[in-house]
Amino acid sequence: MSSELRYTANTQLEHLHARYTGTGHADLTKYDWLTHQHRDTLSSIVGHPTLTSYLAIADGESIGRVKFEMTERMLQPCGPPPRKDED
Amino acid sequence: MSAPGSPRLVDSFTAPKEILQEFADLAEEENIDPFAETASKRQIASRQSDYHNRRFSRVAQDSADAFKHVEEGTEVEGGYKDAMRLARLEQEELRVRRAIEEKERQEREEGKMKMDLDKTPPAAELEEVERELAAAHELAKSRDTSSGTKRKRRWDVSEPTDENVDPNRSDKGEWSKEALEASATKKRRSRWDATPADAGAVGETPKRSRWDQTPVAVEAPMTQIIMNAPGFQQEDKHNRYLSDEELDAVLPATGYAIVTPPPGYAPSVAPRKFMATPVTEVGGFQIQESSDAAALAAAAGLAPELPTEIPGVGSLAFFKAEDAQYFAKILKEEDETELSVDEMKERKIMRLLLKIKNGTPPVRKTALRQITDKAREFGAGPLFDKILPLLMERTLEDQERHLLVKVIDRVLYKLDDLVRPYVHKILVVIEPLLIDEDYYARVEGREIISNLSKAAGLAHMISTMRPDIDHADEYVRNTTARAFSVVASALGIPSLLPFLKAVCRSKKSWQARHTGIRIVQQIAIMMGCAVLPHLRNLVNCIAHGLADEQQKVRTMTALGLAALAEAAAPYGIESFDEVLKPLWLGIRLHRGKGLAAFLKAIGFIIPLMDPEYASYYTKEVTVILIREFQTSDEEMKKIVLKVVKQCAATEGVTPQYIKQDILPDFFKAFWVRRMALDRRNYRQVVETTVELAQKSGVSEIVGRIVNELKDEAEPYRKMVMETITKVVATLGASDIDERLEVRLVDGIIYSFQEQTTEDQVMLDGFGTVVNALGIRVKPYLTQIVSTILWRLNNKSAKVRQQAADLTTRLAVVIKQCGEDQLLSKLGLVLFEQLGEEYPDTLGSIIAAEGAIANVVGMTQMNPPVKDLLPRMTPILRNRHEKVQEASINLIGRIADRGAEFVPAREWMRICFELLDLLKAHKKGTRGAAVYSFGYIASSLGPQDVLSVLLTNLRVQERQSRVCSTVAIAIVAETCGPFTCIPAILNEYRTAELNVRTGCLKALTFVFEYVGPQSAYYCDSVVTMLEDALTDRDLVHRQTASVIVKHLALGVAGLGCEDSMLHLMNLVWPNCFETSPHVIGAVMDAIEAMRVTLGPGVLLSYVLQGLFHPARKVREVYWRIYNALYLGAADALVPFYPDLGELSEGQNVYDRHPLQVFI
Repeated sequence: MSSELRYTANTQLEHLHARYTGTGHADLTKYDWLTHQHRDTLSSIVGHPTLTSYLAIADGESIGRVKFEMTERMLQPCGPPPRKDED
Repeated sequence: MSAPGSPRLVDSFTAPKEILQEFADLAEEENIDPFAETASKRQIASRQSDYHNRRFSRVAQDSADAFKHVEEGTEVEGGYKDAMRLARLEQEELRVRRAIEEKERQEREEGKMKMDLDKTPPAAELEEVERELAAAHELAKSRDTSSGTKRKRRWDVSEPTDENVDPNRSDKGEWSKEALEASATKKRRSRWDATPADAGAVGETPKRSRWDQTPVAVEAPMTQIIMNAPGFQQEDKHNRYLSDEELDAVLPATGYAIVTPPPGYAPSVAPRKFMATPVTEVGGFQIQESSDAAALAAAAGLAPELPTEIPGVGSLAFFKAEDAQYFAKILKEEDETELSVDEMKERKIMRLLLKIKNGTPPVRKTALRQITDKAREFGAGPLFDKILPLLMERTLEDQERHLLVKVIDRVLYKLDDLVRPYVHKILVVIEPLLIDEDYYARVEGREIISNLSKAAGLAHMISTMRPDIDHADEYVRNTTARAFSVVASALGIPSLLPFLKAVCRSKKSWQARHTGIRIVQQIAIMMGCAVLPHLRNLVNCIAHGLADEQQKVRTMTALGLAALAEAAAPYGIESFDEVLKPLWLGIRLHRGKGLAAFLKAIGFIIPLMDPEYASYYTKEVTVILIREFQTSDEEMKKIVLKVVKQCAATEGVTPQYIKQDILPDFFKAFWVRRMALDRRNYRQVVETTVELAQKSGVSEIVGRIVNELKDEAEPYRKMVMETITKVVATLGASDIDERLEVRLVDGIIYSFQEQTTEDQVMLDGFGTVVNALGIRVKPYLTQIVSTILWRLNNKSAKVRQQAADLTTRLAVVIKQCGEDQLLSKLGLVLFEQLGEEYPDTLGSIIAAEGAIANVVGMTQMNPPVKDLLPRMTPILRNRHEKVQEASINLIGRIADRGAEFVPAREWMRICFELLDLLKAHKKGTRGAAVYSFGYIASSLGPQDVLSVLLTNLRVQERQSRVCSTVAIAIVAETCGPFTCIPAILNEYRTAELNVRTGCLKALTFVFEYVGPQSAYYCDSVVTMLEDALTDRDLVHRQTASVIVKHLALGVAGLGCEDSMLHLMNLVWPNCFETSPHVIGAVMDAIEAMRVTLGPGVLLSYVLQGLFHPARKVREVYWRIYNALYLGAADALVPFYPDLGELSEGQNVYDRHPLQVFI
């Protein structure tokens, strides 16, 4: 709330930011932030054919397999979310 | 026209009309309140028509929440059933009243009744009428006893009202006809308002003689919302009795004795009320809280001053006399501890409403928020009890209405289904907005009704509004139809369709059918092409209305079809299949209004058809149209013209057909002088003729009317001219043969010369036709130019101005024709005219000179540029906008094209004059002035111009400084940045704040304009930017950040990363600034840095604070991160830190795919 008041002229920008996945805010947890980073990394690999084929050669898998696995892993790249503290 | 110099015969000699008028005005001015008119204009009720003001006579009732009662298992009271019964009752009442009136009329005709109203009519008649009234009354009673509703709202319909009618009637029997008339008239307004003033206003005789009877009615504390009008209070101010003190002040102290009242005289309780002038036929408002003396006094205008400071409310922007009666309870101090919870709540609502209605914007804002937040706590009842009466106040002004409507809107949203019992009351108040002449009021009304219907639900809306559908009053039906269309658009047409079908087929009353069809019409008008999916159903709904036995229903059906076709255009003809036959049969059967509506529908349906059908149906309808050309009915004329236009525009209608069958009759009927006199007819005829010309060609139309250019009636000539202008402008003049051309040019010159009021139409016409003819106009040019020259020397400034304007338009054509001789002649004459004293005319003359200079070129220009420009220098001081703009355009053009013809000294003089133009109000003028600096600088070399501009940075005026900075930047752009940047940097060392800011500002524009060129200069400005970015002054840092932004964007990819990184370090700490402009500029600079330095560098800055313990830091850093992320998400991937060491338990944070290597 306070940030909204502080940037009155740019509140719209802030709203716009919030509409995109991967953007963060002051209360973002370590887990959430890193999950986004991992997803970005995976999608970057899938999106750049050179990276995909590099990984495919390193792993000895087909390119399609690498793509598939990367995509699959995007679901929970850093494992399940940690349990919330009760306090 | 009489020949000049010939003596004119005048029948009498008297003072000129103007002088007499002036005397008359002076005499009137003595006792005029200059604000009286505006004050009454602000009041909505006073500027609206009688029809609009019928809203004051509407009755609202409770609409019980059927759903809630079903849930609770209780009996529904005061709901749909009651409302319907009430509606029927009113109809019955109306019928009886009509019967009475009819009877009276008959009697009067037969001469049985004398005009003397005191005379008693035969007892038998009286009894008969009395019996009828009694029957109606009985019906009313039965309703009241059967329903037995307990009603709390004071504007409610209620039993005591009937009692009030009753005694009047029963003991007025002896007074004959007059008494009956009185009761009948009273009932017309609405029999529910039984306040004394009302009766007093109607029949003076009975009321006057029965003083003591009146106050009886007051005991029933119920007035409808509608009747709270303070009309007579206002009147009261002037008509009240003089008090003893006032009499003492007026009369001399001696020579008068105060006589004691005669024995037995008892002053009545409230004598004021009886003195209400009967002129105001307004029902009276009764102040319920009669104990509140202060409010009474205030309402009567006795209080010397109106309060602006209310306890518990604070100061208000204004307070009107009428407000006192609504807010009486909070005007005085009260002991809050004695009040019950409900009373407290009521006071609270009143305070908030008063703040919203009369408060200053900040007060209003907080109050509005409070009332919204607490809406459910207050409850629907108490809220609407206070809001709705305010909205029906007669002296309500736009602003107040807007605010109250806003309150309703907000409150509605919060209350949701709690509003159900108040739906009808809200509708009664809001529906009138739907026919308001103000567009925004209509939109507001729609918004509210749409929200209302979403909150209350379709079923409830229908059951509430159903009784109004066949209401006896047309006004009620009209507004209800509109409200229904809003409901349809809010809840979807399909959900309302079954209901509409039923209503449109209602057997019981034609009013219901009429309203149902009108709803469909309104839906079409409001929703536009959104009706398309339901078009067939909607048409189906109303189609049978074309054969209705009621003429009004048939007319409305045709109008509804027209609206549907208009909304659906150009699609959906197949949906209209079933109505085609009845429509085309109908135009043969009907006459008058009905026919007009049918024609209108046809006019809108024909454009939807396929060409061959359109042609066939057009032929069918043309016969009727041609017959109706002769009509004298204005409405019919308009519709016929419109239909002709629509038919002519359709593809299937051939030019041949139009030429042969339509044009002869059309011109005979409509191209007559009479049509030019009425503004609306004029426009319609012109539009239709232009449309016909599209099909039949220019020469056909122009040939028919060109002779009329020499008609003796000026308005008619104007109409011809406008038509020719439009036709030629759209279709060109290639179709015009030589003979027609001669007649046309001749006619145009004639009508131009003969005009008595200098009109834009003539000017446009002349310009358009001559430009369209192009080179063909050469033979006539000598004549035209001599006309212009003659008019340029005319006595009237308007004529001179028009001649100059015409020159502007003709310059290009004259050049095309190779008549340079004429141009230079015109140029010289215009040059001589530059001493013109009327600024409008002077502006036109300069513009004309500019136009000539434009086509001739600077070298051939006559007068030579070196003479022209010095003449312009003093004119630049003219403050008139038009003169300024015209002269700056001319000078700018000379500077651009022919600067070398003028000595440098003259240019410098102009530069100084131009500085003043930087203050001009018009943006165009400022822009032109700024560009002129650029042209002048490029021809003279930038030094002198630059020094003028830099000196100008010292002036006080902000606008002037800003424009100078822009001009500096433009000079830099035209002459190369190297010419300016050193000078700016040097100037920056001045100790004056304004100058330094100005220099920074100038640099922002310079770097914005020069783009990648800035790479050469970025090292030179770094030290200055260092200084600016570390300055204490906020604006300095802000402007410097803007420079950094432009610089960074300009040099991206050009190898200036080192200096950019340095600037980045200086910009970065500013990210904690809070002032909106500063933070905006800083964020922009950081974004620009992302482009230049790459997102990786920025990420390393951002990482420092993303998880900072202080929230304030985190918030800012996340903001920057988000901007970074959105700008370059993919590019960030390699730069994310390796955080594998943070892994714990199931969560592994290593990015394994990145650790793979071959």
